[in-house]
Parts: sequence; C-alpha cells; structure tokens
Amino acid sequence: MKLLIKSGRLIDPAGAVDQVMDILIENGKFKEIAKSIKKVSGCSVIDAKELIVAPGFIDMHTHLREPGQENKESIASGSQAAARGGFTSIACMANTEPVNDNRSVTEFIIARARQVGLVNIFPIAAVSKGQLGENLVEMADLVEGGAVAFSDDGHCVMKADLIRKALEYAKMLDVPIIEHPEDHSISAEGQVNEGFISYKYGLRGILKAAEEVIVARDLILQERIRSRLHLTHISTAGSVELIRNARKMKTPVSADATPHHLLLNEELILSYNPVYKVKPPLRTEADRLELIRGLQDGTIDCIASDHAPHTRDDKDKEFEFAPFGVIGMETSFSVVYDRLVRSKLLTLNRLVELFSTNPARVLGLKNRGRVKPGYPADLTMLNLKKRFKIEEKDFRSKANNCPFLGWEGQGAIEHTIVSGNVVYSRKNRV
Amino acid sequence: MKERIFSQDHLLGIEQLSVDDIETILETAEAFIEVSSREVKKVPALKGKTVVNLFFENSTRTRSSFEIAAKRLSADLINFNSSISSLKKGEALKDTVLTLEAMNPHIIVIRHSASGSPHYLTTFARSSIINAGDGFHEHPTQALLDALTIQQRLKTLRGLKIAIIGDILHSRVARSNIILHQKMGNEIALIGPPSLVPREFEKMGASVYYDIRSGVKAADVVMMLRVQEERGARNYFPSIREYRNRFAINREIFALAKKSAILMHPGPINRDVEIETSMADSEQSVILQQVTNGIAVRMAVLYLLKGEIHETLN
Amino acid sequence: MDEKIKAKIMDDKKMKRTFLRLAMEILERNREEENLVLIGIQTRGVHVARRIQQLIKELESIEIPLGILDITMFRDDLHKHEQQPAVKKTRIDFSIEDRDIILIDDVVFTGRTIRAAMDSIFELGRPASLQLAAFIDRGHREMPICPDFKGKYLPTSRRERVKVMLQEIDGQDQVLIMEPKGF
Repeated sequence: MKLLIKSGRLIDPAGAVDQVMDILIENGKFKEIAKSIKKVSGCSVIDAKELIVAPGFIDMHTHLREPGQENKESIASGSQAAARGGFTSIACMANTEPVNDNRSVTEFIIARARQVGLVNIFPIAAVSKGQLGENLVEMADLVEGGAVAFSDDGHCVMKADLIRKALEYAKMLDVPIIEHPEDHSISAEGQVNEGFISYKYGLRGILKAAEEVIVARDLILQERIRSRLHLTHISTAGSVELIRNARKMKTPVSADATPHHLLLNEELILSYNPVYKVKPPLRTEADRLELIRGLQDGTIDCIASDHAPHTRDDKDKEFEFAPFGVIGMETSFSVVYDRLVRSKLLTLNRLVELFSTNPARVLGLKNRGRVKPGYPADLTMLNLKKRFKIEEKDFRSKANNCPFLGWEGQGAIEHTIVSGNVVYSRKNRV
Repeated sequence: MKERIFSQDHLLGIEQLSVDDIETILETAEAFIEVSSREVKKVPALKGKTVVNLFFENSTRTRSSFEIAAKRLSADLINFNSSISSLKKGEALKDTVLTLEAMNPHIIVIRHSASGSPHYLTTFARSSIINAGDGFHEHPTQALLDALTIQQRLKTLRGLKIAIIGDILHSRVARSNIILHQKMGNEIALIGPPSLVPREFEKMGASVYYDIRSGVKAADVVMMLRVQEERGARNYFPSIREYRNRFAINREIFALAKKSAILMHPGPINRDVEIETSMADSEQSVILQQVTNGIAVRMAVLYLLKGEIHETLN
Repeated sequence: MDEKIKAKIMDDKKMKRTFLRLAMEILERNREEENLVLIGIQTRGVHVARRIQQLIKELESIEIPLGILDITMFRDDLHKHEQQPAVKKTRIDFSIEDRDIILIDDVVFTGRTIRAAMDSIFELGRPASLQLAAFIDRGHREMPICPDFKGKYLPTSRRERVKVMLQEIDGQDQVLIMEPKGF
C-alpha cells in the first residue's frame, strides 16, 4: 500500500515546514517527504497542487454519545462527521451512559472505534466516579486501558480538594486533567451570559465569574502541583487574562476555545432559538475579541469544537427546557478559516498549530500532529479557494444543532487521510 | 373613513410594538370600556372565532380576564390548563400546540414559565399568539392596561416619572412597563435591593435607586411589584421583614411623590408586605381600576389581532 | 384610491335649508318630543345629529338627548378585512328603553351600516320606535331599509362616492360626488 501526495503546500509547524512538497506514504506511515518523489509502480497518487497539506487535525473535545445515547450520535456517525470535518483524530468526553469512569467503557469505545475504522478515537475518562465529583476514578487502570486524559466535562470538579488530588495523581501518570471551569453554585440554573441581555430578555444568567473563579482556583493549585492542566472551552476575557498571567509565571497550563465562542456573541439569543444555547454561554463581543487575542498571542493553544449533538426534538423546545450544546466537527475548519484567517486575524500556520500541532501535544498523542517519516500518516488537505455553504443536508452527524447553518464562505476540507487511507474526499463523497 | 392599521400578527411583547401600535390598542380599549358598562355586555365582533387560553402557570386573574374579554366579543373560548411538570415529563409544548391547532383556533393566549415560549410558538403555529406572561420576560397586556389606567387618571402618557419598586429582576410586568414607558419617553425609576435591581437595567433607559425615598420623589406613578417569599429563600434578600422596612410603600413615602400621583399594583397584593394595607384602599390607589381596564385592553388586543390563520413561517 | 370631484351637489346655503327641513320633519312626525332621542352613527352621522339637535333647540327650546353609536363591532364584513377597522367610542348616556329613536347618518347606501346599527341598538335595550334620518340617500340598497327622513335623494353610480363635508370636520359645508381618477 503506497500513496504519493504530489505538489501540495505542506504546512507543518512542528517541523517548521511551509513549502511545496511530495509526501510518500507506505503501510500507513510517512515514508518520505521531499521536494520531488518519483512515482513508483503500484502507488496511488493524489495531485495536491493548489492544496494545503497539514498534519491531521485533532479535535480534542467532542461528545460521541455512545454508549447510551445513540439516538443523538454514535461512534460511527461521529467518526463520519469527524472525517468530513478534516479531523483524523478526536478525543471524546466521558459523559456517556454509563459514564466512562472505568476501563470497560474505555475499552468498549476503543473497540467500537476500531470496528468503524475511520478516524482515531481517544477516550477521555471521567475524573470522578459517575462524574459525581466525590471519588477519583482508577486513573492508572484507565490509562492502561487507553484513556488519554481525564475530565468531568459537562460538570466542573467543584471540590477544590478533589481537583488538587486529581492533578497530583495525574502528574504521576503524565496525563492531562481537562477542567470544565464552571462554579455551579454561581451558574445554577443559568441559561445565558448574565448581563444586560439576560436581564432584558428575562433569562437566568451565568456570570462570567462562574468560569473565572474556577480558572483562578485551578491555576493557584497548579502553581504548586505543576501537573498537566488543560482548561477547556474558555469563554471570557477574564479567563484569558488569568491564563496569560499564569503563563508569565511559568505555571504549566493549556487551554482551548471553541469556534462558536470565537465567532458568535450573546446577542444571538434574542431570537430565543435554542440552537444558540451552549455552555459556557455565548458571551459579549468584548470577550469574543479577547479570545481571538488569546489565540494570537499563544495564551490559548487549541481550537476544539465541543461537538455536542442533540436530537431535533431535544432542541425543538422552549429555550429554558432545551439542552445546552452545539455540534461543530464538520464546520470548525471552514468557519474559523473563513472568518479568522481570511480576515488576517490568524495566519494559516497558526491555524494548523491550533488544530493539529497543539492538541497532539496537550493530549500527549505520540507521533501525531507532525509530518515525519515513521509517524502515522494522518493528513488533512485543505482547498482554500473552494466556497462552502453550511447546510443540514450535508451533515454526517446525526444532529443538526449547528449555529453556523446557512453560513457561506471560503475554505473547505478536500481530503482527510488517516494512516494512509483516504477517509473523506470532498469530490468523491468517500 | 381612514381605517387604522395595526402592524402585528402576534402580541409577543411591548418590544415589538411601535408607539402607534400602543396608541391604537389604547384607543380601541377606550372604545371597549363602554361595552363592559352595558347591561348586555356582548358584541359580535369575534363571532365564529376560537380563542385558546393555554396556561402553564396558575393565574386565575389573567386567565379569567382573557376569558371574559373573549366572551364579550362573542368568541368561543377553550381553557387548556397544564402544568410545567407535565411538560418537563416530556409532553412537548409543540405537540400540545399542534394538537390544539388541529381544532383550528384563531388565537392562542399563552402563559408559560419559560421566557420566549410565545416566540417559540410563532415558529410553527398558525394562530395569532398572545403572550399572557412568559417567564421573567414580558407581560404585555399588563403594561398596556397599566398605561390605559395611567392615561385615564393623569390624562396623558407622556412627560411622566414612573417609579417601579420591587423585584425587577424576576418581573415580567416590570420589563413590559419599562419598555413601554421608554418608548413613550417617560422617566423611569427602578427601586429595590441590588440583587433584584442590577445596575445594567440603566441600559434600558431607566435610573436605578437603592433608596426608596429618592426613587419615589416627584413620581407621577408609583408601581409596586409583588414580593415573593421564594426570593427570600434564595437569598435575594435576607427576610421579608427587612425587605418591608426598606422597600414597602407607606403614606409617608408616598407623600414624596407628586400630589396627583397614583399607586398601582399588578396584583395579587401582599398586604402589609410591599404595600401598607390602608394605602391599597386609598384614593390614590387604582388597583381595581387596573383590573377593569384589563378586560378592555384584552378585548382590544383580541379584536385587533383577530387571528386570521397565518401561513407558518417555515 | 385616487378620486376627483365629479360634481358639487350642495353648498352651505342649500345644506342649511336641508338641515332645517329635516329638523322640522322630525318634530312634525313625533308629537311626543320629550320621548325623542337622537343617535348619530360614528363619525359623520354624529355631526349631522348634532346639527339637528341644535336646530330643534332653536326651534322649540328643548334639548333632545344625543347618543353616539359606533357600529364597527356589528359590521357584517369583519372577517373579510386584512386589518381590523378601528373601533370608535359608543356613548349613549341615557336609557333607550321605550324611547323613540331617530338614528342619524350622513349617507345611506347599501343599508348594511344601518343593519349593524339596528343590531347594536337592540343590544342596548328595547326602544318604542326606531326611525332613520339620512342627509343623503344615494340608492343601491342591499337591505330592506328605507330612511324615514332624507335630506336629498341623489342617484349615483356604484363607483362614485358621495362626500358630505361638514364645517366641524372639513372646515366647510358642501356635498360632492367623487369618482375614481381615470374615468
């Protein structure tokens, strides 16, 4: 099995490469990367002229709903959606039914992912048993079973003592703890960002402080523990500032933001359309702009979708009764490229870091996020000229709760290649 | 004869109304007041139309007011009462409304604890939707009947100072009144503890006071809101006793308002909690007039919307 | 719809004479004037009624009670309108029970307004008699309705419109026939 990718512009920040290259793949691994590689017999060729070739994109925050809520999404449909969105690897959160808090669930997910065989799926296990915030899971056993990180995502680890112990224990295992920063006693039954808009439209608010007090708490703990702490779906300017300062103090921390927090603000809730109901809530325009600055100056390491599928009926409800969450894997690259790179807020090189290099590093995925001989041949190929329109009919996810429906712009995924196999091609509808 | 145009298909909130719309509703309500004073309190204006009262919260007052209004216009009326708990158990609001719509009503009057529910209904329902109170959001007919009452007593709706006292944060009555009086260009004073009156309300064109005396000073209208014990339980204020001492209206404080000032309350009142009992029954109190005007305003809204069955939006 | 004046039928002098004749006819045919009440139909009928009330006062030094009636809610075409027509006030401050009512409008045409007015009045009580006075009768009746008192019978075509202009509303007294532009 050989595959030759000819004349694509390879952007690989980890190897400091940005130039037109040929890439030869053999037996699922990168074999050679050079200016010009001759085609040998029995070798398929992809003409990548006009395309960008990047190390495979990694979405480090998704919800695949399997086991338990396969009516919303499954490992199969989620894999399809990932491939279409250009993601060669995804990490899935633990709030399934049952919760991924023991090795058998982790192993089940890995086995299902193998059966589906499209993209690499890395389970994230819960921090606490049942995600109840009381007792630690058997972390070492879970790591042996294949868990790459720990998170109670969907919930915050509210007990400071528990997050402290989780961080300390995880340090021994050299795995990251991913915090969903939300003080539930502040956010309570909140629905949207608290402020003028929540007051005017009569919706219970979630103060920015609900996020920031946990960010601050975790950073203070981490200052001494120096484990691997990752703060996910950061949504406020205050959080960005706290993380920025922590980095100056050399506190080890990483963070991600979602495309919806980077591109949308709270004003969208005026329609009471539950598609805009997410946690953390869409914030103010000032917060949004500060998140973008966080991407620019390196405070925020990754873009992750927080892909949270729900059925149509789940979201077709009164705003207050609808669940939180939007889907994102199939739209992340296009909307971020169109709105942030084309408008010169980010460079293409930085985008590849945010989507591939950094998530690989944060999750500690060995030999990924980089195009190097011997590494698994995961590639995402981009067509920057292709116009896109986001339409429900194209989704491979089971869900349609996407806040970007109807958006148009430029920049599409052309091919997604996992271990040398083309798992998605825009034209061929693979 | 020039026929007035009412620009709305639904009454979702005061926010969607123009000043012209508000004036049309009030003028029409003035005309309907006469009907309620007749021996035979009925006109055939909505004969053959069906109105559904869809109430997911207990509210005998508002529901009966809409019921009497619809009946005085000769509409047929169905009361559909349900509870939020049955909704939460998975009985979708959409299914309930689609079922009711299969009976071809013209107007649905909805009261619901979730803000924005009437807006949600307009995304799939074919009837005219009237918001009879949604969560903490709006209660437009209340603000309109308040406006009618103010107009009757003070002979104008402009150039006034309106003081609203109490739990602004959780009050749809307050919101609708704030929006209405902001549209009319009136001065609005909001009074209550900071936990119930966040400063951000100033962006709605109001002034915020934490001291009842300065807020009530020179007001033309003093509007009290109902205090709910439940808020105390949730620590929005320490106790009803402390609340009463700082924010209840009594003769001494009311005397700081203009001589001609009126005292309003959307009801039901908590005597001797937010309002000193003798104040509620005083000359300046228009509380019962508000109730009477409620019927006329709701007749006007039912009449103006009429409830042709609209093409659904999607 | 754009209209233009087709003809001027009456000026203020003619109208004054007609009002006077109407007042006298009403008095002539109603001996028990203390039992009389006038009800003007919103909007112009009210002003016509006021004129008649004033003339009767000048003639006989008695003030006949005057009520105002809005018939909008009793119209038979409410379901046909895109927008609901404006409702105006009804104000009848006296009991109509067993009274002799003179219902007054500016123009009687199809008779539908009068039908609605009659329905509306009978919701308010049971009068002894009901008579109709119209300043202009322009024909084209669609109901079995005939004015007891008419200022002037004015045959018109359907596309035309009779405009009774009054000092109180229009600043001058005159009666015009209007027709659509382009004819």
